[in-house]
Amino acid sequence: MLLEVEDLHVEFRTRDGVARVLNGVSYRVSAGETLAVLGESGSGKSVTAHAIMGILDTPPAFVTRGSVRFHGEELLSASAERRRSVRAEGVAMIFQDALSALNPVFTVGFQIEEQLRVRRGMSRAEARARAIELLDLVRIPAARQRVREYPHQFSGGMRQRAMIAMSLALDPEVLIADEPTTALDVTVQAQIMDLLAEIQRERQMGLVLITHDLGVVAEVADRIVVMYAGRIVEQADTVSLFRSPGHPYTAALMRSLPRLDSKGTALETIRGLPPSLLRIPSGCPFHPRCPRAEDVCVSDVPGAVRLGFGRTSACHFAEEVVGGFGG
Amino acid sequence: MGRYVLRRLLQMVPVFVGTTFLIYALVWAVPGDPFEGKCGERDCPDAYVAMMRDRFNLDDPLLLQYWKYLVNLVQGDFGVTSSGVQVVDRIVTAFPVTLKLALVALLIEAVIGITAGVVSGLRNRGFLDSLVLVSTLFLISIPVFVTGYVVQLVFGLQLGWIAPTVTTPSFGNLIVPGFVLASLSMAYVARLSRASIAENRRADYVRTALAKGLPTRRVVGVHLLRNSLIPVITFLGTDLGAFLGGAIVTEGIFNVPGVGGLVFRSILTKDGAMVTGVVTVLVLVYLLMTLLVDLLYAVLDPRIRYD
Ligand SMILES: Nc1ncnc2c1ncn2[C@@H]1O[C@H](COP(=O)(O)OP(=O)(O)OP(=O)(O)O)[C@@H](O)[C@H]1O
Ligand code: SF4
Ligand SMILES: [Mg+2]
Repeated sequence: MLLEVEDLHVEFRTRDGVARVLNGVSYRVSAGETLAVLGESGSGKSVTAHAIMGILDTPPAFVTRGSVRFHGEELLSASAERRRSVRAEGVAMIFQDALSALNPVFTVGFQIEEQLRVRRGMSRAEARARAIELLDLVRIPAARQRVREYPHQFSGGMRQRAMIAMSLALDPEVLIADEPTTALDVTVQAQIMDLLAEIQRERQMGLVLITHDLGVVAEVADRIVVMYAGRIVEQADTVSLFRSPGHPYTAALMRSLPRLDSKGTALETIRGLPPSLLRIPSGCPFHPRCPRAEDVCVSDVPGAVRLGFGRTSACHFAEEVVGGFGG
Repeated sequence: MGRYVLRRLLQMVPVFVGTTFLIYALVWAVPGDPFEGKCGERDCPDAYVAMMRDRFNLDDPLLLQYWKYLVNLVQGDFGVTSSGVQVVDRIVTAFPVTLKLALVALLIEAVIGITAGVVSGLRNRGFLDSLVLVSTLFLISIPVFVTGYVVQLVFGLQLGWIAPTVTTPSFGNLIVPGFVLASLSMAYVARLSRASIAENRRADYVRTALAKGLPTRRVVGVHLLRNSLIPVITFLGTDLGAFLGGAIVTEGIFNVPGVGGLVFRSILTKDGAMVTGVVTVLVLVYLLMTLLVDLLYAVLDPRIRYD
């Protein structure tokens, strides 16, 4: 298996107390596969990605339990040097807001080239030539000139393309894209997604796509994990999940997010607020907001229920939900 | 950029005229006899007063006097003092000394201040951080003349490590006065660097640099420092301008024959021509330094464009 996360626990030790941000996250990606990670803001999607990359801010963040394996090799206990060598070369990441994620005082070219020079020992000229190739690859026009420009001289879409080029510099096997299109306008979003999907197909990379956009998910994802309060509440292949969600939260999420085929029907919002991670509700963490919660939901934490091949749901009533009895 | 510089230079003209006129008026048009005490115990002879009033055009209306001064100035003529010394000669000997002192102070301020600030900013809330916070607070709260006298007393007179006054203004002799002059700004530079590092180290671009698998020393030394030092370097530039304006107190304590001392002595002896001459030069230096700092900003931060 290319990349596996298992039972990952991360807490933030803050002045207000310990925020249990990840409470046993597990997912896996194989080569050539696109895994979409869905969930409300604050559910821990980015923190999981940062923990995989080993770029959490410690303190306040601490990994307290779990495992991150790359080609079966445990990364959490690996040496700092080994972890560093996996970054960008094994697992690369692109960030949500390219404007703040790129360094404002260095040229786009410099920021692509420095990895090649530091990690691959290329000369300045070789690295420059490669940077231009990469900018060409992500279809930045006039790459030869633009390589010398600064991030603020790029438009939003071009900046995100430059980020993608940067993440591809060391030919990673896994790419984690953390909401790569949310900062862009709609037409540009589609172009960037197409580009990512195409590159992923050509290179047979594993792609972890963190997103809010169900339309995108339906189009490009092979499998989906849904996160809530630092847990995976449901995982399934895309087709099954869209046909019938197996968890009340997934169902609510699908009703709350815009879809192409739902034109005309009003969007529902999920009632209530995501829980405070300082005090996560007892039993099923979703119970205060769940339309079909019962007493058992308040007292017992639901385990992962198998709903067929490679499909699980952490709900006491998973079978009924997926069978279409409410939810 | 060229047009911007030209515009800024043109804008300096009215500022320059305004400030020098103000100085001129303060020196020459205040009530009282400008030649009082110039002739020892007695009043000056009428012939002398008449000659002086003529030399300094004191019988003309103020604006005309100033105009004549300005016209001479543009031709490089700063005038002569009442004792017949060319003002420009004194400035030319004093200014390089002040420049040396300013550079020594700037170097000390930059090296110690930035190092302390960066180290404490990188590990906030540790022992080193507290040490830097307390010691800078200490420096900020002591007036320079106290630091100056204490250093002179302890190292110059009691321990005898340094000459208590600067006899020849070589770089070596200027280290201690430079340190005293730099002490206050050094504390500010340390705090500014500390705050800037602490603010930037959680920036997204630092996380990106880490995600690229760059060594920590490169992430900090290239990505973090380059951004964090922008405000610090511009602060240093402004400070150099202030140092060049003459460190009256420090130069006074250590007897450094620089511009500060020159102004100070000229004010005491009511040497009007010297005061206006030196201050005119200082205004000019300060205006040019401000422009340089603004240009430096654009060099350091590519997002800033002056077009
Ligand atoms: N530095 C921090 N200190 C304390 N809590 C933090 C910190 N960083 C993140 N968290 C908490 O971790 C939780 C998960 O954050 P994360 O960024 O992973 O959410 P997300 O699922 O990526 O949301 P979004 O869709 O908004 O990006 C949030 O509730 C947040 O409050
Ligand atoms: S376990 Fe209960 S509260 Fe949780 S999602 Fe299922 S039904 Fe709702
Ligand atoms: Mg996020």
